[in-house]
Amino acid sequence: MLLLAAVLFAPHVLAQTPDAGFTATLGELREATYADKAAIVERLSTSGHPSVRAVLSAFLDDRLYYRSSDQKIFIVKSTDDALPVWELVDPVTLKDAGSIAPDGLTRIGTNNQLRRTIRTTVARFDLSSPDAGVRKAAVDEMINALDDANLAALKARAGVETNRGVRDEIDTGLALADLDGTDPNARLAAVKTLSGSLKPEARNRLETLTEKSSDGTFTETDPRVREAAVAALRGIDRLRSIYGAIQTLFFGLSVGSVLVLVATGLAITFGVMGVINMAHGELMMLGAYTTYVVQQAMPNHIGASILVAIPAAFLVAGLAGVVLERTVIRFLYGRPLETLLATFGVSLILQQLVRSIFSANNRSVETPPWMSGTLEINPALSITYNRLYIVIFTIIVFVSLLVLLKRTRLGLDIRAVAQNRPMAQAMGVRTQWVDAMTFGLGSGVAGMAGVALSQFTNVGPNLGQSYIVDSFMVVVFGGVGNLWGTLAGGMSMGIVNQLLEPYWGAVLAKIIVLVALILFIQRWPRGLFPQTGRAAESS
Amino acid sequence: MSGFARQVRDLLARDRGGVVLLLLIVIAAIVSVVLNQAVAPSSALHLSTYWLTLIGKYLCYAILALAIDLVWGYCGILTLGHAAFFALGGYAMGMYLMRQIGTRGVYGDPILPDFMVFLNWTRLPWFWYGFNHFWFAMAMVIAVPSLLAFVFGWFAFRSRVTGVYLSIMTQALTYALMLAFFRNDMGFGGNNGFTDFKDILGFDLHNDGTRVVLLVVTAFVLAASYITSRAIVESRAGRVVRAIRDAEDRTRFLGYRTESYKVWLFVFSAALAAIAGALYVPQAGIINPSEFAPINSIEAVIWVAVGGRGTLFGAAIGAVLVNYAKTYFTGAFPEVWLYALGALFIMVTLFLPKGLVGVVSMIRRKTPSFDGASDSTVPAASELGVSRGSGVK
Repeated sequence: MLLLAAVLFAPHVLAQTPDAGFTATLGELREATYADKAAIVERLSTSGHPSVRAVLSAFLDDRLYYRSSDQKIFIVKSTDDALPVWELVDPVTLKDAGSIAPDGLTRIGTNNQLRRTIRTTVARFDLSSPDAGVRKAAVDEMINALDDANLAALKARAGVETNRGVRDEIDTGLALADLDGTDPNARLAAVKTLSGSLKPEARNRLETLTEKSSDGTFTETDPRVREAAVAALRGIDRLRSIYGAIQTLFFGLSVGSVLVLVATGLAITFGVMGVINMAHGELMMLGAYTTYVVQQAMPNHIGASILVAIPAAFLVAGLAGVVLERTVIRFLYGRPLETLLATFGVSLILQQLVRSIFSANNRSVETPPWMSGTLEINPALSITYNRLYIVIFTIIVFVSLLVLLKRTRLGLDIRAVAQNRPMAQAMGVRTQWVDAMTFGLGSGVAGMAGVALSQFTNVGPNLGQSYIVDSFMVVVFGGVGNLWGTLAGGMSMGIVNQLLEPYWGAVLAKIIVLVALILFIQRWPRGLFPQTGRAAESS
Repeated sequence: MSGFARQVRDLLARDRGGVVLLLLIVIAAIVSVVLNQAVAPSSALHLSTYWLTLIGKYLCYAILALAIDLVWGYCGILTLGHAAFFALGGYAMGMYLMRQIGTRGVYGDPILPDFMVFLNWTRLPWFWYGFNHFWFAMAMVIAVPSLLAFVFGWFAFRSRVTGVYLSIMTQALTYALMLAFFRNDMGFGGNNGFTDFKDILGFDLHNDGTRVVLLVVTAFVLAASYITSRAIVESRAGRVVRAIRDAEDRTRFLGYRTESYKVWLFVFSAALAAIAGALYVPQAGIINPSEFAPINSIEAVIWVAVGGRGTLFGAAIGAVLVNYAKTYFTGAFPEVWLYALGALFIMVTLFLPKGLVGVVSMIRRKTPSFDGASDSTVPAASELGVSRGSGVK
């Protein structure tokens, strides 16, 4: 079979072994024009040699060179200019072949058209990859350049493909090709196939079926196909708008998650303890700076640094909170307006402290690799990983807080002191210690929120200030003293914000939300979930 | 006229702190004018234009502090958004000053201010009409902030939003305004605001003489504001306002419409803050959206706390002292200023609930003469919007 291929496509290397023939064909690349190179690539691809794919992908990445001394062709492992020598790989055996200084090598050049040819050729190889993701990407690549060879490859693959996603993708590709055919029934069937596709190519192609060309006649001659295309377009648009709504909803949830995260700590210090902690934002800032310090301490493990930073930030901010409670706030219980002023002073001191230690400039916190990138569910719906993780993180923090408050001894003490301080004291609860712990807990949660914020915004001395108004609004909107209210309040604010943004822009949307909240509180001063019973009456 | 003078004299007879404040204002005004105008620039005693302007700004801040003390010290409404009214007044004055620039702007457009030409606007927005007239601008200085305060107060006080909820809402209000004014298409110069003013009522703003007049006007307005505020708090209505501060429910049960008293006091206070802003802008030479920043309002509250809330004269003195300290520190030790301000917040709330006035009266051990100070005992229970101990669900 190999020999047959060699006979058909490379008669002049007839007498040689496959390896020798492959090397010879490869060697022609040195002198060839771009058009000739495309033909050589075609010949290489049909040679069936096991290292074709590696060679072609190296060619595509501009890593195919020949050695000036003996004109032999090599793959270069990495063409980083900073490397003193480049490591070579033999293109036939794919084994290491020593290294050489870059100036002893000449690159085999490519141009855009050639690269497109190589890309679809590589894609044809990938079509039989064991990895379904690679196969799908290959089909995508081939749909962009549907020629006869690609079509034939796709048709062949369609018969044996087992993965449903890849099969659908191939069907889309074949249907797109069928639309160019002359048989109206085949075109009708193709339109039916495409009606379920969310790919932009499918939608664009269907749209051209319904359009008139410049001379006033339809480009699509068969009215049945046109009607089917109109119906298919309507279906696709409906589907896309549904997925678009899901996407907006998810964006809203992720924005809301940030709000919930920054407000949860406040819900504890404000809602449970009645303390207006204006330094809450600065405790988040401490958490964000902790992330920065942890990353500086372990520069080779950015991926793990975030996981270390979360408990570290909890401890740092929590400790700061306990100190704050013991030195300032405990003298001001029952006088919320005065805690507001005193803690504002604390926030100024913390800001300046950070400026003195880290300078007033923003610090850059790296995003770990596992948090960047996009999860593409289908062509109309994709979710960035950092948004996904912040939602998950918020849920984890929220649930652990609920568990802590409802299922642990400390939680019981906190609720007891919040509901009836003298009675709790009479029962032997150390209320002062509980106060310090409660405040430390709320501050620690703020610190963890700071870790999350460090992935979204600039880490600088003003980080806290930009969130303080928002977090108070979330707590007041949700209903003071109610964690579920904070969750509902934050999430709905996030979603409403995202819904308004496309129409009014980010800033105006925010203003509208703020004004709406001000009006809401006028009407329902106790928020979404008002307190009932004795606790509410006593205010 | 003599009746009015007698009323003022009666008012001040019981208000020794007020007399001291008024004397200080008069002395400050006269001394600054004399040292600036009559003393040769080469002399060591000469007051530079820089300091003249600075004193003028301090006096504007003192008016703002008076406004805040009226609602916070006498009615228990801790406003964290009063700088919004100050800035709105400033913007109204700024609009007048922008229209006065005329063809002297960079682009030389006789009608449109520079930033509008820069944004390729061809027509003056409707809300800029009339601001070429001084009287109209002055009317707007008072009308717009008063209207905002009325609407906000009417909604808030009628639905009995009190305590910290109200504080947070006032903060949200000024924050929303700040975001709005940062937008270019609002028509107020975006984040650059207004600057490069040329003259006011035909007088060159860069001239020392104009600045002296502005200082004297500011001092006069401060004195008048003080006397008016004092008259209000000493009146029958003022006593109801104080009753509201100490026990709002009880006052309501006695048959007073507490929300009306609160709304009108709030509107008056907002107008006062706006006038302060309007006097501030020609002296500072610039107004931009950062004046709306929540921190400005909170800083103004601390002036009042430092001086002594519920005394009026203490608030005015506190404003001048804190701002002088700010000028000094930010010049001499820029790193230290925020530490000092932060420590001031904490120390005053922890150790000096009555502010400097409280310290002075403690030293003199003659509290009765300080009427305002003696009855400004901080009411703990009534200012609680939320009681401590609300419980978790």
